[in-house]
Amino acid sequence: MNILYDERVDGVLPATNKQGLLQALLEQIPDLEILHSQEELKPYECDGLSAYRTTPMLVVLPREIEQVEKLLKICHQQRVPVVPRGAGTGLSGGALPLEKGVLLVMARFNQILDIDPAGRFARVQPGVRNLAISQAAAPYGLYYAPDPSSQIACSIGGNVAENAGGVHCLKYGLTVHNLLKVEMLTVDGERLTLGSDALDSPGFDLLALFTGSEGMLGVITEVTVKLLPKPQSAKVLLAAFDSVEKAGRAVGDIIAAGIIPGGLEMMDNLAIRAAEDFIHAGYPVDAEAILLCELDGVEADVNDDCKRVRQVLEQAGATEVRQAKDEAERVRFWAGRKNAFPAVGRLSPDYYCMDGTIPRRELPGVLRAIAELSAEYNLRVANVFHAGDGNMHPLILFDANTPGELDRAEALGGKILELCVKVGGSITGEHGVGREKINQMCAQFSSDELTLFHAVKAAFDPSGLLNPGKNIPTLHRCAEFGAMHVHMGQLPFPELERF
Amino acid sequence: MPGQHSNDAGAQLLQQVEHALRSQVPLRIQGGNSKAHLGREVQGELLDTRAHRGIVTYDPTELVITARAGTPLAELNATLEAAGQMLPCEPPHSDDGATVGGMVAAGLSGPRRPWAGSVRDYVLGTRVITGHGKHLRFGGEVIKNVAGYDLSRLMAGSFGCLGLLTEVSLKVLPKPRHSLSIALEMSSEQALLKLATWGQQPISISAASHDGQRLHLRLEGGEGSVTAAHDRLGGELLGAGYWDKLNARRLAFFADPRPLWRLSLPTNTGPLSLPGEQLIDWGGAQRWLKSDADAATLRAIAGQAGGHATCYAIAEQPFQPLAAPLLRYQQSLKSQLDPQGIFNPGRMYAEI
Repeated sequence: MNILYDERVDGVLPATNKQGLLQALLEQIPDLEILHSQEELKPYECDGLSAYRTTPMLVVLPREIEQVEKLLKICHQQRVPVVPRGAGTGLSGGALPLEKGVLLVMARFNQILDIDPAGRFARVQPGVRNLAISQAAAPYGLYYAPDPSSQIACSIGGNVAENAGGVHCLKYGLTVHNLLKVEMLTVDGERLTLGSDALDSPGFDLLALFTGSEGMLGVITEVTVKLLPKPQSAKVLLAAFDSVEKAGRAVGDIIAAGIIPGGLEMMDNLAIRAAEDFIHAGYPVDAEAILLCELDGVEADVNDDCKRVRQVLEQAGATEVRQAKDEAERVRFWAGRKNAFPAVGRLSPDYYCMDGTIPRRELPGVLRAIAELSAEYNLRVANVFHAGDGNMHPLILFDANTPGELDRAEALGGKILELCVKVGGSITGEHGVGREKINQMCAQFSSDELTLFHAVKAAFDPSGLLNPGKNIPTLHRCAEFGAMHVHMGQLPFPELERF
Repeated sequence: MPGQHSNDAGAQLLQQVEHALRSQVPLRIQGGNSKAHLGREVQGELLDTRAHRGIVTYDPTELVITARAGTPLAELNATLEAAGQMLPCEPPHSDDGATVGGMVAAGLSGPRRPWAGSVRDYVLGTRVITGHGKHLRFGGEVIKNVAGYDLSRLMAGSFGCLGLLTEVSLKVLPKPRHSLSIALEMSSEQALLKLATWGQQPISISAASHDGQRLHLRLEGGEGSVTAAHDRLGGELLGAGYWDKLNARRLAFFADPRPLWRLSLPTNTGPLSLPGEQLIDWGGAQRWLKSDADAATLRAIAGQAGGHATCYAIAEQPFQPLAAPLLRYQQSLKSQLDPQGIFNPGRMYAEI
């Protein structure tokens, strides 16, 4: 079933008179930049999930919060759907436009408003790039911890909307753990402050609810993030294994030894070879799996932990353990991992990146099952894994120009996500649901749970005009999706009408 | 690994909620009743969660523990301790009957909070009986999970007003290898200045309080970092019991008969002249206050500084009033999740 917005199952969207809306915007917000011709709209037809494209009705590029406020008020009055977008790097289609909607691009709000070293926070506009915050904080010895691999391009507003992660989540948390305050506009243009400059706020924790809500509950206009002192020292160990099972067990052993690494990553043989061909990181290409374990903190502790981890890795059966001898080698070890996606991209015209999470103990079984699915669907899969926190990124290799391959890749991806749910994990660890995983939500949640999610949405956006169709599937979509995936002769959502 | 006191009373709890929905009689949710002093009085039929207890799963190498809401917090802590792990947010009161559900519902964190995060930060998943009479599951036992809205973390600090928590999955961490506490003579002005400087450096502080005369610090980490920090800061050694007493509010300061207030403030708030006796905690971000001053005065001071004030006594308005639009959206959320208003009505605010 196609993941593009389908009014038949995703709900009928109000029809808008494009010219009338354009006229109203031009009159009421004269200085607002609006794109409306086909050639201007084209570049905005997708985000980081480029396999799916929809041309928006209009694109607006505001520079002032007042413009956003007015825009939301007008769209609310005229019942026009609004899709917010940051830098457009999201991998789940959270900013995929709607033909009947306005695409609200927040990228021009790119000012760092305040860096407060004594208060250890940065107050920034939503279009500021993730890495730009750490760069601005660097002169004070501080940084912003969450580091999604798109950090040179992705914006903090998008990070909040997706609750973005990165390779350091196990120790330093997700976006939600590194926020103090969000200023936002509601669907009808009212200003709300969630959280505060203090460590907690009275009332329900709407900041927690809002983080990761994928632009469904409001539009972010300002973010205050926590800053941390930069670790004094960071060292990385590379361990090779002759089986992924052994590598998986070694991860548990490190944690059992009471050590929480700053980063703990695993790659399988296909990913190792691809990365080595591309980056020449010095990876052992004959290994079935490698682990990269970074230890950071105060120098004396890091040295101690390096010794402990080396011992654990050797006992776990590593065929080789290497510590990066200097900063240059450390950066090279990481470069291989951080470029794993483009490296795998060189093996194949297209690849499809999955984002499931699993309890770590399930890793060997899940990898075996992925290998079987890979054979069944006749598509290669490379595995890159945030091993410390159980977040897998299987990369499915395919060629979109070969008829049927995209469909097969999508079907294989869906199977992998359902497998993650089955072993007690989740369909998405950090990329979000967006449109990409809208069908798999039906596998992870029951109709009652989805109904409660819709109730949350209704509390903030009863008319359903903010980013409609993302994040939470309608029960009708699940019924349709379920009809194609009958488990053990039992249709999910039997109480629903079929059409 | 169900413990010897494990008992699944989920079905009975669901029945009681169904009964409340049918009879329109609200529920007053209670675990160990250790937070009775916090929040408004609730009129309703008692729902005791304590029969629904026990650790459901715990695998130390996964860094996740799942427990039923009625499990005593002391039992959870003892289980973690036995595996060399802990709840880093240090929720208070593990020895007064407090339950895991109450700990999450109140969302209170201890001295390590500014460095390690809050109770909410460690919540990974919940099972909740909703205002629609359904027993649902949100989040899970994995550290990263962004599918759907984050209802689990929303439950933390919601004082039972959005649904009945029946089970919680929490992230846990290994205990630090070394821990050492010191006391340094200095004024509160000096202490807050120093804490602001240390906050920008990689120094292993995990608790900091000031009582007017002395700065108390806890240093935690590997042996090397703790020793280095101790060598640098000096000071008189302090028993670890100090932090337990502070966390359980058993220091002499708390014996003052005047009402207790908690001011939550931005990290870099300087010395505040407050009407009454104060104790600085959380490196300056939390100030305990014993005061007879009226609520409006204290809330104005806290609000001016960018924070808020909570009264730790039964009061008409224990929590800082919310801005009108924010209150409206909180009411809207409450009426969506608990349309009949059966869960702890009025516990936080009269309108919720």
